[in-house]
Amino acid sequence: MKKQITLTVNGVKRELFVASNELLLNVLRDHLELTGAKYGCGIGECGSCTVLLDGEPILACLTLAMAVDGSDVVTIEGISGSDGRLHPVQESFLNHGAVQCGFCTPGLILTGKALLDENPQPTEGEIREYIRGNLCRCTGYTQIVKAIKDSSVKGKA
Amino acid sequence: MNEKTELRIIGKPIPRHDAWEKAFGLTCYAADFSLPGMLYGKVLRSNYPSARILSVNTSRAERLKGVKAVLTAKDVPRNESVTRFGQTHVVGGGFEGLYRVLADRKVHFMGEAVALVAAEAEEIAEKALELIRVDYEPLPGIFDPIEAMKPDAPLVQEGRPNIITHYEVVKGDVKMGFSEADIIVENTYRVPFVDHAYLEPESGMAWIDEDGVITIRVSTQVIEHFRGIADVLNLPHNRVRVIGTYVGGGFGGKEDITVEAFLALLTYKTGRPVKLTYTREESILSHSKRHPYVMIYKTGAKKDGRLTALEAKLVSDAGAYVYLSPWVLLYSMVNAAGPYRIPHVKVDGYTVLTNNTFTSANRGFGAPQVCFAYESQMDELARRTGLEPEKIRMMNYLEKGEALATGQILERHVALQETTEKVIEALEERTLPSGQMRIGRGIASGMTSYGRMVFLHDTSRSHVSIEMDGSVTIRAGIQDIGGGQASSLCQITAEILGVPIEDIKIYIADTALTPFAGTTTATRQLYMSGNATLMAALEVRKVLVHKAAGMLGIDPESLDLVDREVIDKEGTGKSLPLKEVVRACASDGVPLYHVALFKAPFRNIAQFERIEGQVFPDFTFGTHGAEVAVDEETGRIQVLKLISSFDVGRAINRLSVEGQIEGGAIYGMGYSLTEEVILNQGITMTPSFSEYLLPTSMDVPDVETILIESGDGVGPFGAKGVGEPSVCSVAPAIANAVFNAIGVRIYDLPLTPEKIVKALKEKKDMG
Repeated sequence: MKKQITLTVNGVKRELFVASNELLLNVLRDHLELTGAKYGCGIGECGSCTVLLDGEPILACLTLAMAVDGSDVVTIEGISGSDGRLHPVQESFLNHGAVQCGFCTPGLILTGKALLDENPQPTEGEIREYIRGNLCRCTGYTQIVKAIKDSSVKGKA
Repeated sequence: MNEKTELRIIGKPIPRHDAWEKAFGLTCYAADFSLPGMLYGKVLRSNYPSARILSVNTSRAERLKGVKAVLTAKDVPRNESVTRFGQTHVVGGGFEGLYRVLADRKVHFMGEAVALVAAEAEEIAEKALELIRVDYEPLPGIFDPIEAMKPDAPLVQEGRPNIITHYEVVKGDVKMGFSEADIIVENTYRVPFVDHAYLEPESGMAWIDEDGVITIRVSTQVIEHFRGIADVLNLPHNRVRVIGTYVGGGFGGKEDITVEAFLALLTYKTGRPVKLTYTREESILSHSKRHPYVMIYKTGAKKDGRLTALEAKLVSDAGAYVYLSPWVLLYSMVNAAGPYRIPHVKVDGYTVLTNNTFTSANRGFGAPQVCFAYESQMDELARRTGLEPEKIRMMNYLEKGEALATGQILERHVALQETTEKVIEALEERTLPSGQMRIGRGIASGMTSYGRMVFLHDTSRSHVSIEMDGSVTIRAGIQDIGGGQASSLCQITAEILGVPIEDIKIYIADTALTPFAGTTTATRQLYMSGNATLMAALEVRKVLVHKAAGMLGIDPESLDLVDREVIDKEGTGKSLPLKEVVRACASDGVPLYHVALFKAPFRNIAQFERIEGQVFPDFTFGTHGAEVAVDEETGRIQVLKLISSFDVGRAINRLSVEGQIEGGAIYGMGYSLTEEVILNQGITMTPSFSEYLLPTSMDVPDVETILIESGDGVGPFGAKGVGEPSVCSVAPAIANAVFNAIGVRIYDLPLTPEKIVKALKEKKDMG
């Protein structure tokens, strides 16, 4: 059974026909060719598929597309400026060397952005708590936490 | 260039060239790529760790609408061949085991591939797997390597003994060594199976190009498996092309063939593009793991702390197939006595087949296992002699010019005195205990080689060219697995040719188009391809300088390349734009490119049973320090401080080096505290990240990194490799800290709360 749904993805309204069991992750990757959200585990344990749904970080691999009909979705492809400028969190990830293999990076940048939108001056503890659902195997998190912290400081200044 | 020339780009903390695309989410990983008309591949895997295959019936699966191919062992042109790991030199010595694409007649571990499917949709392929009927006759399996060594044990692979390899290292006479000892410490250590847990599961896509070449775009550490894949299809090597993607984490798990042969077969049979991505569960169940070891250690010392003898017996569980097990064991043999001066050493090592998941490369490659044992022993000796843990180590560390137990001379700086001092300093004041939390601190040092074993005759090539506008192109068949492998080559070239890093474009990992640069394994790319790229860039520089010297009428010696210009170093103000020199060279027909070949030292090993002489090009040395809080009630361990100090030779990119060392420390922390693939009678009990526990941001401290730059490595600009060394001594540092906190030593990794509580109870019961 396919049904039409409407999603606003990175600011653009999209009308899509999706199956009742289709996941948001597959809709983004296969229908819309937005491959920034990754399949890492498929069962909500790693955070690589994180996207923002109405501003909140969610796991696209656990979210049925039909269930979010009418929502606003932001993926990693949607947070940089239209002129190709980096979002401050992206820039901070670069400058801190918080990007290694890069597979967890889209999810962590979006989670970091969501945190700063909600709490512009988080403590290190709050950052660690907020990103705990996003696994990273390469960095050991040190530079990721610093990158988020540093972009919050810059945001204020 | 001479050593005094000031470096402009090398050593600076700059973002990697690949970081922008990654931060934008634009990097196209293996599973992000699609082609029109592509099929989806799936693998049917065995449900038994040991069973005979009585029959395989694929007819119902084949009849399912949308299924385009169902393949079993009989459909594989060459189902059995020899495992190779990208090396082109034939070594022999039991170093190469059986490579079997699909199980035939028997399955040897749970998760072994039995059949392949390609279908129009992923759901159809999954449905088809359910329709394949395999009749198994379960057979007795063997799951404990010690049991598997017994003469009457069932054989895992027909026609070959379970003991794959026995090696020994002998120096002096251990009997005499122990008779000279005042204190002898004897313990048995155990370390578990570990998953690489890269966040990108194994994935790839294959198609047949317009010339009939089987082309595979895959997440791999070794594009040079194209030869083995061609052998599977019985095709000439030049009819298979492998293109490596940026890899979403490797850690050794993408060193062996993963999806490549399956993809090649499916695309070959169907003529259609095929994509195959493992599920996370499939990745944990079926692909290689870090070797579990049982290690019996006996170490002797004089009252004053001087070591007199070390004897060790190592047994590693190879799982059901040989893969890299003999190599990993050989690394363990060379490392078994640690970086210490010990007059009498004897080490025996065995690697043994069982019906467990096969084991192969995992970051550290046999070095972290033995480091856990030898550094726990050193801590025990410190306690027994009454010396501080750092004192007994510093008294016994090897120094430059001295030899390992194998006889290999350490020809380069050994920085352990410095790294130990730095770690002790950085641990600072001890955190105060509170409530039922006990505080402890520990250190451990280690050594890990970088570069492959010298009898593999390792080589790497790199091609550097300069374009008419002065922009620069590098072509190198390296695989970038996230460690900055490609970016460091850009930095080296930018430094030598005097251009900003954004003027460089690098093409990597394509067996058809980039010169072979070997594997991204063994912490070898900076060393090998860094040197090859340095050589190539220097040749191009020489051509440019020579031409500019003629144009300017200046001695070539006084010219330098800076900011896209050739300048007179003597300050006469004479200069030429680089692109003008390039144009002049082009007009003369002078080659504006160079492909360089870098060779590691080539040695041959006299015999494999007794490991002697030089095995590795060089080693990286370092020390870890940990401070932990242990909850005596719950057994929970919290790592409060984790300090890593390494001699990196020269930091090519400070951000990348620190990133490797921080990441390595946490990889080692997972090994210490939570990570264990639990197998029960060959059945994986930890098939997801709910059971297989990786450190999260909440579990880890900020890692403090202290770099020593001796400049005495064998890599470009004196660099050493750090990718694998950064893991080596974390586990013993944490275990030693736990001992310091609660007075009990745990000999089995990981240090789970259950083990802590049990050990504390036993201590209490003993009174």
